[in-house]
Amino acid sequence: MAAPTTSMQGGVPLLLKCQTGVKGLDEITDGGIPRGRPTLVCGGTGCGKTLLGMDFVIRGIVQFNEPGVFFSFEEKPEELIQNYASFGVDLEGLTREGKLVLEYVHIDRTEIEEAGDYDLEGLFVRLGHSIDTIGAQRVVIDTLEALFSMFANDMVLRAELRRLFAFLKGKGVTTIVTGETGAHTLTRFGLEEYVADCVIALDHTVKEQIATRRLRIVKYRGSSHGTNEYPFLIDHQGLSILPITSLKLDHPVSTERISTGIARLDNMLGGQGFYRGSSVLITGTAGTGKSSLAAHFVDAACRRGERAIYFAFEESQNQIIRNMRSIGIDLEQWVTRGLLTFHNTRPTMYGLEMHLVSMHKVVETAAPSVVVVDPVSNLISTSSIREAKAMLSRLVDYLKLKEITAICTDLATGPNPAESTEVGISSIMDAWLLLQDIAGSGERNRGLYVLKSRGMQHSNQVREFIMTNDGIELRDVYVGSCGVLTGAARTAQEAKEAAEALQRRQDIERKQRQLERRKIAIDAQIMALRTEYEADQDELQRVIAQAKRQEERLVLDAETMAAARQSDNLCRSAAAPETVQGGNQV
Amino acid sequence: MSADQIVKGTTTAGGAEAVHWLLTLYVAGQTPRSVTAFSNLKQICEEHLPGRYDIEIVDVVTKPELATRDQVVALPTLVRKLPEPVRKVIGDLSNKEKVLVGLEVRTMERTVK
Repeated sequence: MAAPTTSMQGGVPLLLKCQTGVKGLDEITDGGIPRGRPTLVCGGTGCGKTLLGMDFVIRGIVQFNEPGVFFSFEEKPEELIQNYASFGVDLEGLTREGKLVLEYVHIDRTEIEEAGDYDLEGLFVRLGHSIDTIGAQRVVIDTLEALFSMFANDMVLRAELRRLFAFLKGKGVTTIVTGETGAHTLTRFGLEEYVADCVIALDHTVKEQIATRRLRIVKYRGSSHGTNEYPFLIDHQGLSILPITSLKLDHPVSTERISTGIARLDNMLGGQGFYRGSSVLITGTAGTGKSSLAAHFVDAACRRGERAIYFAFEESQNQIIRNMRSIGIDLEQWVTRGLLTFHNTRPTMYGLEMHLVSMHKVVETAAPSVVVVDPVSNLISTSSIREAKAMLSRLVDYLKLKEITAICTDLATGPNPAESTEVGISSIMDAWLLLQDIAGSGERNRGLYVLKSRGMQHSNQVREFIMTNDGIELRDVYVGSCGVLTGAARTAQEAKEAAEALQRRQDIERKQRQLERRKIAIDAQIMALRTEYEADQDELQRVIAQAKRQEERLVLDAETMAAARQSDNLCRSAAAPETVQGGNQV
Repeated sequence: MSADQIVKGTTTAGGAEAVHWLLTLYVAGQTPRSVTAFSNLKQICEEHLPGRYDIEIVDVVTKPELATRDQVVALPTLVRKLPEPVRKVIGDLSNKEKVLVGLEVRTMERTVK
């Protein structure tokens, strides 16, 4: 076989690669398939071999301006044109532009007799002619193995196949050859023997009634490549592979904080909300308001003018919009403005990997800043917990890489939801909010805890979580001698406290009024006393004055008496001196 | 022998009502195998269809579009275009029996007679 020489030469001149343009394939092949060489794509029926080949040719034309030749052994050009029109590709137009040759190779074995030696030079001539006509750089032969059903002589065919690959290499075209999977071999007729450089296997497995398409690089001589099975998706944009397991832990981090849409929750998270690009897990039992909390977050993002995607696995878009309207959140306006996109799929629609792939695609195209997955726990219904965890960690990693804030809700069952998440993903999340029923005094109320929030201070307090007509409200719960009280008990307690406070206030007021009255009374007393005093004063002064006048009168009388009696010394001290002095002065 | 030539069979009398055969031989250049195929074909025709055949030779190397049109993959390919339906025989025609079976020479002759 020619294999050893090829591998030995591999290191010296760098292996040239041909970008396929197929989403993801170039990443896992580390740059594309070997340029100028054939690559074998094998797989069972309905795996997407033809599609991969056609994608390779079309993307070559559209993205890399490399004309291509498509040799079909199974489908007629008209059929291919019809099939790809539904993918939005105009094969006829490309043919007219001289960028594509679609050729149908068909031989009906029943109308052919083999009489003597022959070779497949006719095929070579046709291939060569097609390649030369448009200067093709890409060739797809789908399915080469059909030759084995056209001709009886295996010996000739095998010799011719070897010659064909040499011929294609000589033409310098990058070729994809497809082949059907055999029972124990990669291809039914052992095509892998001839294509030594690169072999890609496609697989279509059904597990628990859910089908997943997978792609694997079986070998790639002279190049590193991803070795895993990568799920791929076929949709209206063709084929896309997402090499999600190749992600590394080196995503950028942001210090920007974004609001949760609930002021008090922001306060609980260091006053500013979550980090942009962080992943938030909201766990809670049924009916604790996980979706409402997520809706708040989405609403806040849209208010900031950011795009958001809501992946819903349980409810329809209209149902979510209606339900959120009941708590005063109008999500419809954001949908109308194109800021919010809903993606509602049933978990059982396809396998986990497919969910991941389709979510990738949606996120790629919409480039949102916030993504809600509601609920992640529902995805487990399609597979095992281990697989679900692997898938979710890949999703979270991917979103982090894109600096997209992820809100994942997780329905907790079981007696103690605080201790574990259904899918065991808490360790990969940056923040974890727990919504819990607080049961007591004949009712259940909602409580919100911040179980963790990496890289920021956060409240260790439980808050009562109340849904009002204007959205979610967080209230302090009553913590007192009788334990944690919520709901009606809290309300009662609050009423009781309010009554007590009122009582106290009234007491104080009464005392104040008493004091006031006392002051007034005393003031009045003071006034009365003063009046009394003043009255007394008047009286006494009057008496004094009277007494004085009496005294004067007595003196006057005495003087008068003395004068009358001609006394000379009796009252001199009283009246005479003035006269004497006055007399002296004059 | 040169490409794309029409080789007329030697005419014999009394073939007016007989079916006319148009055979096209696709070859790739003048390889030994092409030459063998042509001489084998000529021999068979002379033996079984004297005066009632035309052989058209198409060299797909110079006219590859004809190979595409007539769905030629293996070479040499002999195509019976007339009488209809189209029949194909591939190979250098060294196995005479198979050529006769492939072209349905005997059955066709029987139905004519």
